[in-house]
Amino acid sequence: MNSEQVMQDVNKIFIDVLDNEAIVLSRETTAADVEDWDSLNHIQLVVGIEKHFKVKFTSQEIRSWKNVGEMCDALANSLRAISA
Amino acid sequence: MRFFELKKNLKKDFSGLKKTRVALLGDSSTQFLNQALRGYGYEVGQNLEIFEADYNQIEQQITDNSSELYQFDPEFLVLFQSTTKLLKSFYQEDKAGKTSFAENQKNKVSDWLEIMRDKGLRAKVICFNFPELDDSVFGNFSNKTSTSFIYQLRKLNFELMELARETKNLFICDVSLLQNRFGINHVFDMRNYIEADMVFSLDFIPSLAKSILDIMLANSGVFKKCLILDLDNTIWGGIIGDDGIQSIEIGDLGMGKAFSELQAWAKQLKERGILLAVCSKNNEEIAKEPFEKHPDMVLRLEDISIFVANWDSKVDNINSIKNFLNIGYDSMVFVDDNPFERNVVREHLPDVTVPELPEDPAEYMPFLRSLNLFETASFTDEDEHRTRQFHEEAKRVVLQKSFTNENDFLKSLNMTCTIKPFLDFDIPRVAQLIQRSNQFNLRTVRYSEDEVRKVAKSNEYFHGSFSLKDKFGDHGLISAVILKKIEKSLFIDTWIMSCRVLKRGVECLVLNKIIQAAKEIGFNEIIGEYLPTPKNALVKDHYLKLDFTPMADGRWILDVPQSQARATFIEYSGSL
Repeated sequence: MNSEQVMQDVNKIFIDVLDNEAIVLSRETTAADVEDWDSLNHIQLVVGIEKHFKVKFTSQEIRSWKNVGEMCDALANSLRAISA
Repeated sequence: MRFFELKKNLKKDFSGLKKTRVALLGDSSTQFLNQALRGYGYEVGQNLEIFEADYNQIEQQITDNSSELYQFDPEFLVLFQSTTKLLKSFYQEDKAGKTSFAENQKNKVSDWLEIMRDKGLRAKVICFNFPELDDSVFGNFSNKTSTSFIYQLRKLNFELMELARETKNLFICDVSLLQNRFGINHVFDMRNYIEADMVFSLDFIPSLAKSILDIMLANSGVFKKCLILDLDNTIWGGIIGDDGIQSIEIGDLGMGKAFSELQAWAKQLKERGILLAVCSKNNEEIAKEPFEKHPDMVLRLEDISIFVANWDSKVDNINSIKNFLNIGYDSMVFVDDNPFERNVVREHLPDVTVPELPEDPAEYMPFLRSLNLFETASFTDEDEHRTRQFHEEAKRVVLQKSFTNENDFLKSLNMTCTIKPFLDFDIPRVAQLIQRSNQFNLRTVRYSEDEVRKVAKSNEYFHGSFSLKDKFGDHGLISAVILKKIEKSLFIDTWIMSCRVLKRGVECLVLNKIIQAAKEIGFNEIIGEYLPTPKNALVKDHYLKLDFTPMADGRWILDVPQSQARATFIEYSGSL
């Protein structure tokens, strides 16, 4: 799974968790760009992504992401590590 | 249920659900718990209006007279203190402080309760206990020194139980037990804790919400009263009709241990006041044989309130069990190993709780225990005798059939009734009746034990409890009234009766005593009110039948000087 495919799934999770069909993520999207993406919903988004992809992030990883792109890269890396 | 599903419930239509005001006070973040509570409330028909205090404001909310807590005046107060915060304050103590830590923490809670009582807060308090955390400072030696964290934590949990035993309006939400079931890795998410001071994982929070709602519902009179058991492959292994009494698996035979455990559990429930019923597709005589003769059976016929074994549909049989026991479908649990029977019952009687029993009998008990089906808000001496009362009732039914005239039957019962104002000794039972009575309940005001005590002390009320006996046995305390003196009239604030004694003339005797009380203080009017609920249609025409006159506002009035005592077949003593 490459970053782009990962992004599509992540987009669906955002729509589901934030209950907002209009969300379209890009690599550059940050929390400031999406309505309701606050710290509480962030926790739910991370849990949603972890469950969907069956991965687990560390606190430092979660903190290091500057935007959606970096998050999806980290996710793609974890997935590659699992399949390898 | 998953947290996300509960969260989706928040957008659903809550209108028509029962409103309950809940205050949520925590020393850690409570936002997710707030959402999960309201979302889970939807699942069980509750519209929870939740006041969530700001982060870590327990002390301020409780001590400040003008705080939002007191303005909100909740019916329930959820008090959430976390183990992580507890650990932090424990580490700040010196040796002496550590040794008396549990005691001091308990006193803190007990002080809070006292302050809230003094400030007139009527809420029932649901206090979390503390899930265990091994801080690995002393290792196993923790058990041998009172200066270790785990020593003080366990002691504190015990102290909280003691406090709850002494404090009527305090209930403990056993988070520690929940953690034992799910494991600490499921319960905690350290990342949430580090990032947002949110100690519980999203996966655990729904279980926590359920546990809190279980306590609230039991306090609102919603709880299970009856366990209906299938026989073959449910309480013993094998089929009695085919295998015969020697070959059914129970005790040490085959899978017997699994079935014996289920029976032992049912027996404990019976001793706690849960009625046991048998509902089995069997020949009655054959089905009863193990109960009478098998040496390894834990359950005996006298443990069973009603035994139904025939070849009719289980839906019809559960219906007749319900009518005999006079309880609602929503207070029944039906346990059957057969998926077909379970589905038929679910489809036709959706209010009956039907656990999806695992296929392997070895899993029966772990599964049934995990559901917490039998939460309760009280336990009194009467609970232990409930099954015996139904056996006495069965004898009455036989007697009644021998009479063609109702009055002759009533006369033959030799009924006697003791009437008393609320006495200390009776108040727990009165309060329990107030919580439990759904059908014969005119206004369904759910007073707590403390509130009943206040009524008992006040001059503004008449109050009375009615206990009935007959030649077959003692019904115990079966009816109560609370009458409020409002100017020159007596308002029937509460009139409740156990349905066990319907059609015995008790309501006429109660009315006679109400009239007597009104006459004694020279009041000319008695005012009654019927507030409908989904369950009290039984008493819709109660005041009409007792010759009250309808008033313009829907209430009912009785003119005292014009009214006469009604005839009953009950000997009585005492008064309100």
